[in-house]
Amino acid sequence: MDITLRALITLIHGMLFGTFFLMAVYGLVVELFRSAYVEQPSNLCSKGYSLERFYLICTVGLGWAAVLTGAYVVYPWYRAIPPAGVTNLALYPRYLLKSSAATAGWHDLGMEWKEYIAWMAPMAMTMVAYVLTKYRLSMREHPQVRTTVLVFALVAFGAAGVAGFLGAMLNKYAPVNGGPTIHLRGKSQ
Amino acid sequence: MSAGAGCSVLGILAVVADASKPMARWLTFYLPPGPLSGVSSMAILLWLATWIILARRWRTKTVAIAKVNATAFLLLALGILLTFPPFADFLQGK
Repeated sequence: MDITLRALITLIHGMLFGTFFLMAVYGLVVELFRSAYVEQPSNLCSKGYSLERFYLICTVGLGWAAVLTGAYVVYPWYRAIPPAGVTNLALYPRYLLKSSAATAGWHDLGMEWKEYIAWMAPMAMTMVAYVLTKYRLSMREHPQVRTTVLVFALVAFGAAGVAGFLGAMLNKYAPVNGGPTIHLRGKSQ
Repeated sequence: MSAGAGCSVLGILAVVADASKPMARWLTFYLPPGPLSGVSSMAILLWLATWIILARRWRTKTVAIAKVNATAFLLLALGILLTFPPFADFLQGK
């Protein structure tokens, strides 16, 4: 059971940072919807608020980790230019996708959309976390603030969802591979 | 408001980088990721700068939250639309 270093880092970018960010934002969206229907607003103790703040900070951290590893680590591998004369494009995912009309769309739509929309997720989530932390009481007194926070949380979820889905499909058709092979289990090939 | 502004700047710069090779070269702050490095960095800088400026300006003011929200949503929608490749290609006449 082997994996290349680039594939492992791509996995960490998508399945660890990206997926956990998506799950955390989903939980937050559900909680924001639920809080609109409570009859008696709950008051947390100070430890409860600390845990809530920790959750929000971790969610924001996951989002930024996902986009920064994606843009500055994985994306350069994706768009690497094959040397002249190379016919096997397996290590050059962008060129591999664009080499066939059947897969070119995954780059033209997939990566071209993913590389930009993904950045909206941590920006929106940072705003959401800041408002929820600093202006918690305003959410009760000003329903419009709750609406804004909810919309931006939904945008964070949607943007991350689009980026995650497209990333998974891109990795399916043109996986990012290369670098040293890490042997996980069993006999090495 | 600043989050909306950041998202719209991201979309605008994405289209600009795609449409203009000189701008794409200017936005290549770091070679490996290419123009994406400049587009994302400028969007983040503008987002943070807008946040700081508006926080200072509005600290002691009561703002019309409905107008602020509407503007933020419009900017957000603009950003989302401009990052969608078929729409960006349509704007460029591709």
